[in-house]
Amino acid sequence: MIEIQNISKSFGDKQVLRNISGVFEKGKTNLIIGASGTGKSVLLKCIVGLIQPDTGTVFYDGRNFTDAGKDMKAEIRREIGMLFQGGALFDSKNVEQNVMFPLNVLTKMSPTDKIERVNFCLKRVGLENVNDKMPSEISGGMKKRVGIARAIVNNPNYLFCDEPNSGLDPQTAIVIDDLIKEITEEYEITTVVVSHDMNSVMGIGERILFLFQGEKIWEGTNKEIMTSGVKEFDNFVFSNKVMQNLKARE
Amino acid sequence: MKEFGRYLIFMYSLVVRRETFITYYRLVLEECILVGVNSIFLFALVSTFIGAVTTVQTAFNLVAPYIPSYIISNVVREMTILELAPTIMAIIYAGKVGSSMSGNLGTMRITEQIDALEVMGINSTSYLVLPKIIASLLMYPLLVVLAGACALAGGYFVGTLTGIITPTDYIYGIRYAFNEYTVTFALIKSFVFAFLISSISCFKGYYTKGGALEVGISSTAAVTTSVIAVLIADYLLAQLLLK
Repeated sequence: MIEIQNISKSFGDKQVLRNISGVFEKGKTNLIIGASGTGKSVLLKCIVGLIQPDTGTVFYDGRNFTDAGKDMKAEIRREIGMLFQGGALFDSKNVEQNVMFPLNVLTKMSPTDKIERVNFCLKRVGLENVNDKMPSEISGGMKKRVGIARAIVNNPNYLFCDEPNSGLDPQTAIVIDDLIKEITEEYEITTVVVSHDMNSVMGIGERILFLFQGEKIWEGTNKEIMTSGVKEFDNFVFSNKVMQNLKARE
Repeated sequence: MKEFGRYLIFMYSLVVRRETFITYYRLVLEECILVGVNSIFLFALVSTFIGAVTTVQTAFNLVAPYIPSYIISNVVREMTILELAPTIMAIIYAGKVGSSMSGNLGTMRITEQIDALEVMGINSTSYLVLPKIIASLLMYPLLVVLAGACALAGGYFVGTLTGIITPTDYIYGIRYAFNEYTVTFALIKSFVFAFLISSISCFKGYYTKGGALEVGISSTAAVTTSVIAVLIADYLLAQLLLK
């Protein structure tokens, strides 16, 4: 479980996040949603420590991550897997080397065990016989899958995904969403997904945290979306035609 | 001053939370090939021509009959060892290797590859930058030695083939009044320049913000800042060590 308390962040005069608190539960797919520019990615980066928040604290299973020393932070980070928006695969390494990378630098596994683990993870994300391909030789959807394989290869306790289906066709987006949900349930990990895609929200969002202009406006499950009663949230949710139809049917 | 402070913090971050020795060993070897082996042809070509041109131009200026011809190769030797090999090659090194280092790190930054390393708990500066600096410190002095040899050889071939100087006079001039300290001085300069070029280029690339345009801007800034730093260091080292 990840808990955030009163996270605030400013860049110069612009306050991007204001006192955001929330809990991301273990074994569930937790979503941070909101329109573009509302601070979703900044919040995610504050949670994983890529950005230091001005105020507030992040707890990983009770361990204070924000105020932890460098060694403690490094230890917690080794339990984190992250899928970046563009995949963030290392250009100079092929698919196998990319997925194996965390094992090479974070573990003392034997080369045979590493290969086995890499092949298992690639198979788990639906990729086989692509080990020798370079990132430039594979499609956007495949890059995301390789990114997921790399994120889970070291058996993380926490999985973060920054806009996992941005730039993908609707069919591939659903496949990636389903994969994230399956992995979360299978390995009982705490997953946090940043998205503005309502298909993802309805499909995999078990717990949802809605941001509006840097503030948390609404929090709940996808079943409670229709009855939120919060104007900003309804404006965001029902700007989508599919959601409008769903609401009309109800 | 703020930028210089950031640079010092950046340098400090190279030596904290390091990876294992074997990790660095592999990375340094890879970088040595990139910055050293892949630069041999360019360095050899440029320095050979510089040596050849220096010989021709020195001969052109030494027209007085009372000046012995071996002075030509003597001047070529002094210029090559003291300035051409370490300093002019540093400018070429900044253009070829420095811009490449900066562009590489800048691209890694904007495509979130550096963030990916940090999230894994890896010190990205130490992992990415330290091997580049070590490889430069190892390879650049060797490239300077190669450049010096090629420049002297270039001068020899052009001087003797065009009849400017006899082979005996050229060799005599190269050996005449040789001060070994000039080689030591050139090697000291090459270590300092290698450190400045690699660290400044990596610093500029590592803190790239934005997109492809900014990667280009970082590479340009890396080369210009490195070259300025090299020229200032060149002057300071000459003042300090040639007395």
